[in-house]
Amino acid sequence: MNPFSVQTLGSEGDVEKLNLDAQTRYLAGGTNLVDLMKHQIETPVSLVDLSEWEGASEIEKTGNGYRIGAMVTNTELANFAWREPSLSVLSQALLSGATVQLRNRATTGGNLLQRTRCYYFYDTAKPCNKREPGTGCSALTGMNRIHAIFGTSEQCIATHPSDMAVALMALNASVSVKTAMGKNRDIALREFYCTPGETPERENVLEQGDLITSVYIPAGTRGTQHYYKVRDRASYAFALVSVAAALELNEETIHSVSLSFGGVGTIPWYPKKALEILQGNKFSVQLLEKAIDAELADAKTFGSNDFKPGLLRRVFLSVMLSLAQRQKKQPGHEGALYENR
Amino acid sequence: MKTDSKKHVLGEPVNRVDGLLKVRGQARYAAEHEQESTPYVGWLVASDEAVGEITTLETDAAEQADGVVAVLTYKNAGPLKPFSKPADESRFTQSRAVLHEPHIRHYGAPVALVVAHTLEQARYAASLVRFSINSERPDLLEGPDDAKVTPDSLDGGFEPDVHVKNTSQDRHDIRLSADYTTPSQISAAMEPHATVASFDGNTLTVNCSVQIVASAVEALAITLEMEPENIVVKSPYVGGGFGSKLGLHYDAILACIGARHLKHAVKVVLSRRQVFYNTPHRGNSYQSISLSCDANGKLGQISHKSAMPRAKGYQFAEATGAVARVTYDAEEIVSTHRVKDVDLPLIDSTRSPGDAIGSLAFESAIDELAEKAGMDPLAFRLCNMPEVHPVSKTRFTSHRLADCLRQGAEKFGWGNKPQASGDTLYGHGVASAMRLNMLTPSRASISLDHEGQLTVRSDMTDIGTGTYTILAQIAAEVFGAELDKVTVELGDSHSPVSCGSGGSFGAASTGSALHKACEALCDKLKAALGDDASDSAISLDGAVVLCENHTGKRKVPLTTLFDASAFPLQETGEVGEEDTSEDEQYSCGAHFAEVAVNMVSGEVRLKRQYGMFSAGKILNLKTASSQLKGGMVWGAGYALTEAIHHHTQTASFLNPDFGEYHIAVNRDIGEVSLDFIEEADYDASPIGAKGIGELGITGAGAAIANAIADACGVRVRDFPITLDKVMNQLKALG
Repeated sequence: MNPFSVQTLGSEGDVEKLNLDAQTRYLAGGTNLVDLMKHQIETPVSLVDLSEWEGASEIEKTGNGYRIGAMVTNTELANFAWREPSLSVLSQALLSGATVQLRNRATTGGNLLQRTRCYYFYDTAKPCNKREPGTGCSALTGMNRIHAIFGTSEQCIATHPSDMAVALMALNASVSVKTAMGKNRDIALREFYCTPGETPERENVLEQGDLITSVYIPAGTRGTQHYYKVRDRASYAFALVSVAAALELNEETIHSVSLSFGGVGTIPWYPKKALEILQGNKFSVQLLEKAIDAELADAKTFGSNDFKPGLLRRVFLSVMLSLAQRQKKQPGHEGALYENR
Repeated sequence: MKTDSKKHVLGEPVNRVDGLLKVRGQARYAAEHEQESTPYVGWLVASDEAVGEITTLETDAAEQADGVVAVLTYKNAGPLKPFSKPADESRFTQSRAVLHEPHIRHYGAPVALVVAHTLEQARYAASLVRFSINSERPDLLEGPDDAKVTPDSLDGGFEPDVHVKNTSQDRHDIRLSADYTTPSQISAAMEPHATVASFDGNTLTVNCSVQIVASAVEALAITLEMEPENIVVKSPYVGGGFGSKLGLHYDAILACIGARHLKHAVKVVLSRRQVFYNTPHRGNSYQSISLSCDANGKLGQISHKSAMPRAKGYQFAEATGAVARVTYDAEEIVSTHRVKDVDLPLIDSTRSPGDAIGSLAFESAIDELAEKAGMDPLAFRLCNMPEVHPVSKTRFTSHRLADCLRQGAEKFGWGNKPQASGDTLYGHGVASAMRLNMLTPSRASISLDHEGQLTVRSDMTDIGTGTYTILAQIAAEVFGAELDKVTVELGDSHSPVSCGSGGSFGAASTGSALHKACEALCDKLKAALGDDASDSAISLDGAVVLCENHTGKRKVPLTTLFDASAFPLQETGEVGEEDTSEDEQYSCGAHFAEVAVNMVSGEVRLKRQYGMFSAGKILNLKTASSQLKGGMVWGAGYALTEAIHHHTQTASFLNPDFGEYHIAVNRDIGEVSLDFIEEADYDASPIGAKGIGELGITGAGAAIANAIADACGVRVRDFPITLDKVMNQLKALG
């Protein structure tokens, strides 16, 4: 870990007063950044401590939606969302991530910005374009079992590790940002992340000094919801494949469907092609297959992750059929597919 | 009035005598050792190449960094006996030299030690050391045929190759040939390897975390070229060893080099990533198994061929085939072991060497053959029980494998598995466990003060297994004393030399040595009591000796029996070869598992693990059960999750941390329970105890693999059985 100085942010209005250069990082829960600093993957010379940031730890419920402060912990958000039937998938996703101890520290803003767990990104002795642009991607021809199949490039195939972001993507959340100049701007989460392309070091559209202040989730019914996370052990492991899904049926017709995939994309994956096929159409297994196959047409595998398209397809079909079954059995159902999880 | 007024504590499930200290944080582990002066802290600079010569080395920036007191490299670290010289006697005592030459032997090896006032200063300054290595292509094991060397002997003293033919009947109606692979694994003790070393004049004191104190002293003496008398090693608490602390590692050598150079205490604690490279791991294995049997399920041939890597300059070869030689009777048994010397970090014992991974493959193959023979896997095993050791033809001192299988199956509810529901199928699996028992030379002393307080001393270690407690129980039992009248002091090289902890031999060996010491002390008391005491039962009630025989009972204060100057009374006990039978000694067990397999994703969930064990006299039901349960949990790791992924170009590891090296977590484990068929085996040891440490692992993973096959028909031979491998086969099944 390199020596660094610390600034403190007391309130959102003070952002302009901070000294925010390219070597400054905001420190929220620190569950990822501190590790990255220890391994010198991130080497900021200045940290902005957000722990005393007033007013950033609140969840506000309005008629139109939910505003989640950036410093709301994953535990707090999971507990809140647990009681809101239309946010069930978010609660499930959060509770599937990390461990209780980490969720108690990790924040909403920080979770969105956590970095990949690609083996090569973490090993400073090996080439990695994300960590050191231009050095090459070791994962392309290496051990890429945990790597992405969507949104990859010749430069990088690392997955985004967040579960929370996958659910927020499905829920059509947006991110509110305070710029270094003190201006506010909102970014739809579906526009927030950048696929690696030629610049894998750039992971989102934030500019230097931008501070995530809150996340907004629009209200509305979403039907029966499920977050299915497939991973190498039952807890404390990142997704190999995850599916966040919500489905409302009107008789046999898909009234609304929300979908997002984790563990398969270089960013939390919003499956546009699948959704276009599903939305408003008559529900059937054939339709589901058509939808997932259309999405998977863009998938690219790299050897040890060849299993991912097949796994995603199986899990997607299984989850959607279960959601539909519940909707048929209980028309108008809103909330978790399995209440007891 | 009871005829036997003596209190009995041996075998009872009493709580750990060191338990309160541990849960209160008062048990000081190596890194927490408090010195008079605050130790400097060392951080190692690791090689990013596997093998080669250091060509440039720049330490100026590190030396000038805040707080740095020294940067030690091969240029200034001082003399050490070079690594792996012919005079070395054994792998635990051979030189552990580091920073003694510009040659790099493996990835992650120390290039420099940066010593500073604080950890943060040392770690940062370490990043300022610049070096380059003229690297050579590392030798690695590239396939089973790449292992061509026959090792001189195997771990545990087994012959590398065995071929016996018992009868000439032809039992080859049904044949199985299958190749299994197991991955490299790390011991993964919770406490990382850590040392605080300091010199006082010529005396070196090393507070470290080791399983065997005496060999640590020897290793230090050899490596540092010092007299063993001038070295004190203390290892009172060890936060798990699993084989990785049998020997002494770089944390200790580096701390000693630092202390020698600076004439000041130096602390070196390995980070988790450094533990992966600077302590031993288990090599991957290729196990080629051929089996045959007749239509009745009687085994014809057992052939087990193992190929594994061996670290260059370090004579450890794992006895992967041991279980295939002993578990079942067969007409013919062939077992071979081949190794290739590779440029990897040390390869050594990891949680039940040999049997853990040998049983994974062999007990899977037995199930596969049973299935081909159309037999229930439990019945198949029972019909191949050996009368005598199948290879040596020597009798077993005790052999209860069949009982473990039969009684275990009944308790587990063999075959009575839940109905499939939704996408979930359930399966049951069984596997046998046979683990070699060894009595190893060991010593312990007992002393008694005038107030009746007993003190046990030995350089024995407690690696979390409960040694403190069982030794206290043994002493309390002999003297009929309360447990709190016994103090146990372990892990100090000033104390009588024990076998240490490892190979499941610690409790029976050191326990027996202590028992002998206690008996000798009893004799001393009897002698003082006079002739009529010779046939009496002696016990202690505080400072009073109770002497009881058919004529009656008398109470004599200790202080009337002996002069004040005689206290503390002390006796030392010792066990050796003469205390154990030359017949075959094994602990036996049967493992059962119930799994749920998700037919969509291939995810496996463990529902239940059950074990029935026979391991001689059980010294403490609670600690013995806990240890066996721990072994069963590791079995789940072997079967389902654990694997080091190698980066072959650099001979490095891709997942050297607990984030990506997947040890089973709580949620991976279902119900774990076990029972004992208890039977003191006095042929094995004077106290009738046998080893249990590794028995819990042996076979535990195979039972899970077999349960998966039972559930869904998927047989994965490439361990661990991760969901993608299951899912791919499910997909093929349609």
